[in-house]
Amino acid sequence: MKSAIAILTVVAFASVPLWLRDPYLMNALITTGIFIIGAMSLNLLLGFTGQLSLGHIAFFGIGAYVSALTSLGFDVGLPFGFRIVHDPWPPIVGFVLAIVVAGLCGYLVGLLSFRVRGAYFVIVTISFAEVVRLVALNWVELTQGPLALTNIPSITIGLPGLGDLTLRTKLQNYYLVLAVAVVTYLLISRLVHSHFGRAMRGLMENETLAVSVGIDVTKTLTLAAVISAGIAGAAGSLYAHYIRIIDPEVFAFINTVTMVIMVITGGKGSLAGPVVGGMIFGLLPVFLRPIMAPEAQWIAYGGVLIGILFVLPRGIVPSLALRFAKPRKRIEPVTAVAFSERDVKEHA
Amino acid sequence: MSEFLQHLINMLVLGGTYALLGIGLTLIFGIMNVVNFTHGILYTFGAYIMFIVVHQLGVNFFLALPLAVAAGWLLGAAIELTLLRPLRGSDIDTTMLVMIGAWIAMQSGALWIWGGVAKSVTTPFPEAPLVLGPVSVSWLRLFVLAAAAMLIVVTYLLINKTKLGCAMRATFQDQDTASLMGVNVDLIYTSTFAIGSSLAAAAGALLGPVYVIFPQMGDLAAVKAFAIVILGGLGNITGAVIGGFILALAEELGAGYVSSGYRDAMGFLIIIAVLIFKPTGLFARSERVG
Amino acid sequence: MMPAPAMALRVEKVAVHFGGLVALSDMNFTVGEGEIVSLIGPNGAGKTTAFNVVTGFLDPTRGAVSYRGTALNGLKPYQIADLGLARTFQRTSVFPNDTVYDNLLVGLHRQGRVNLLEAILGLPRARSSERRLRERASELVEWVGLERRARDLAGSLSYGEQRLVGVALALAAEPSMLLLDEPVSGMNASETHTFVELVRNIRDRGVTILLVEHDMPMVMSVSDRIVVLNYGRIIAEGPPDVIRNDPAVIEAYLGQGATRA
Repeated sequence: MKSAIAILTVVAFASVPLWLRDPYLMNALITTGIFIIGAMSLNLLLGFTGQLSLGHIAFFGIGAYVSALTSLGFDVGLPFGFRIVHDPWPPIVGFVLAIVVAGLCGYLVGLLSFRVRGAYFVIVTISFAEVVRLVALNWVELTQGPLALTNIPSITIGLPGLGDLTLRTKLQNYYLVLAVAVVTYLLISRLVHSHFGRAMRGLMENETLAVSVGIDVTKTLTLAAVISAGIAGAAGSLYAHYIRIIDPEVFAFINTVTMVIMVITGGKGSLAGPVVGGMIFGLLPVFLRPIMAPEAQWIAYGGVLIGILFVLPRGIVPSLALRFAKPRKRIEPVTAVAFSERDVKEHA
Repeated sequence: MSEFLQHLINMLVLGGTYALLGIGLTLIFGIMNVVNFTHGILYTFGAYIMFIVVHQLGVNFFLALPLAVAAGWLLGAAIELTLLRPLRGSDIDTTMLVMIGAWIAMQSGALWIWGGVAKSVTTPFPEAPLVLGPVSVSWLRLFVLAAAAMLIVVTYLLINKTKLGCAMRATFQDQDTASLMGVNVDLIYTSTFAIGSSLAAAAGALLGPVYVIFPQMGDLAAVKAFAIVILGGLGNITGAVIGGFILALAEELGAGYVSSGYRDAMGFLIIIAVLIFKPTGLFARSERVG
Repeated sequence: MMPAPAMALRVEKVAVHFGGLVALSDMNFTVGEGEIVSLIGPNGAGKTTAFNVVTGFLDPTRGAVSYRGTALNGLKPYQIADLGLARTFQRTSVFPNDTVYDNLLVGLHRQGRVNLLEAILGLPRARSSERRLRERASELVEWVGLERRARDLAGSLSYGEQRLVGVALALAAEPSMLLLDEPVSGMNASETHTFVELVRNIRDRGVTILLVEHDMPMVMSVSDRIVVLNYGRIIAEGPPDVIRNDPAVIEAYLGQGATRA
């Protein structure tokens, strides 16, 4: 049943270019797709480990810059008279490096920031993203600062028997994004249904108990952070090679918030949640643009985020699933949820 | 040396307003356990109130300041009553996300109403700065420092000498017990949020005329406030004051001796460093257990 | 020096101070392989503190704990779990939003270690490991007698049933020693009776057991040996019959409820 819906969805998405010719809508779909990949990666942390990372755009941006710089080449001076000169490499190498570097950053950030929880964790992650933004803004020799990196080449892929194919058109990019999105979905799905995914869930639900059954908190969370950051880096790379220009504004906090809204609206901790939420918030601007000023749109988004949290705190997909699934026993929250800290600290 | 002295003077002026921002946030964070993402927008709001009252209503500059504080108080109370009270008992992530939603909506509202063009407030102070030997400081900045110092003292007295302050401290210690002892926790929450918000508005009203006023000015202010709170330790007012001055010093030195582009990175770097090396803040009391 | 081989757990000169408060002072006791030992004492005597020290959730101010000759000081809870010590919790014994069955799959974490790539690609080794885990989870559900509840959310179970899930979770780690923190509080008489049978059954499979419990009849009927704590200090130690008649114990603890025991 579930996989039937998934296959139908993929087929439906794949058929879109057959009947949709409007370049503006195609463009909106491609950027939406890229952001959905980002939102799926955020959901891995937010929905499956319960860690509210609000610096997620950093990994997306790092992926974008790494990929762009790999394919453009650069020549920067370093302290003590060192110099790095890099000649342009094919964009596809940039794509791979984007995943690797973003994943590595995810590892470092995870290692440092998982030592704190709750509000502190949120603030560390925001700070990390802002520091990266300021570096991108001020390290002009490498990043061109506010002048942006321009003329980023499109991705070229080698097809067996067909030679090299450079993805310049919207149609080609659409299928590239769709393919990466499907792979991402499958990867996250496999992960959360595996042994590792259960460890993440266990940590989210009851950390004390999870630890006592032998789950290594740091290792589990760091693993989730690495994979999540790597996927975000891949999305950033796709973005850079599609838009072909990036500036430090890619790191703006508002972009993280967009992904958070997508995840929360669709339903955190649900695989399809970010896809549903992402389609809504990715395409809403297309329909709102003729009738609302951009500021008014953002007021509406803020309002929707608040409204969803008040009315449908679980998000759209889980709420629908609950409606259509056969009725399960209600959870009585009295017994178990919130006492784990006390259990440890209280000394009889 | 004189350059360093000048940095110290600037640090004092900035530090005073940073302390106000920090006290406001640390009260809300400490007592209500709410990560207040609207703190920055209250700062922006205070600055715009200043602009409106002085330029559009033509009221005296010195009267505008208490009006900005009062407006911040009202807006803070309104946010608490409409958004936070219905969510009492929700987890911290939910309230945090709701506050992010409110922040986006309000900031976009400010942009819509007042436009993106930066505005400046004319002040009654003379242009020529006060020159003291090798250093100089403008009269406006001196006024800002004095007003901030006064507000810090007032807040201190409010928390430590009044009945409301006593109830706030009790709620901070233990909400359940406070409520058993007859403290009206709902009232304390609304008051706390209103007071914290009015302090943010005061900081904006004071620093707005020093720089320029624009809708996103509060974003960095909010981050700075978080840095200060984390430096000083959760709910620690004295810590917030000291944290405000430390952050101001770090920014002045960072801008003066590293690169002005990284001035605003100082707050973030402090946050990251403190949370990594001493997550309870620099001035945390020894940990309570059990 | 005592001969070591028969000793499973050794607690030596352990003290825990919280600020000025002394929760435990100079605690010494041992648990032999295959024994059922109970730790009892009035409220505030330091039982749960002792428990948290042994399982690595709390670092002692002084003293040492070792299990089968390995020092536990400074080890993280999951590392202690790796050594074969598993515990249950007083209040939070389950993952509330998962079914009982899925709870046990989480609990089987230590048995299911395959590498990430195998898990994501669904390679044969990962799949056979997964199959083994599922079988094992079913066995555990059966062992504690919750077959009928296997598909219900753990958070929806009764208090006593949640305790059983907690025990099953601890057993999932295939421990050589099990630490039970007030397992029968909140259970009714028949549930307690069944639980005692379960504890004996667990011991008969070669698992050493350390129990913290208030329920005196339960403690007296199940324990091989009892350690009595009061004000953070051990005041008596011995088999149930001796403890029952120890004047210091009656004075300090059973004084209030001795008639029941």
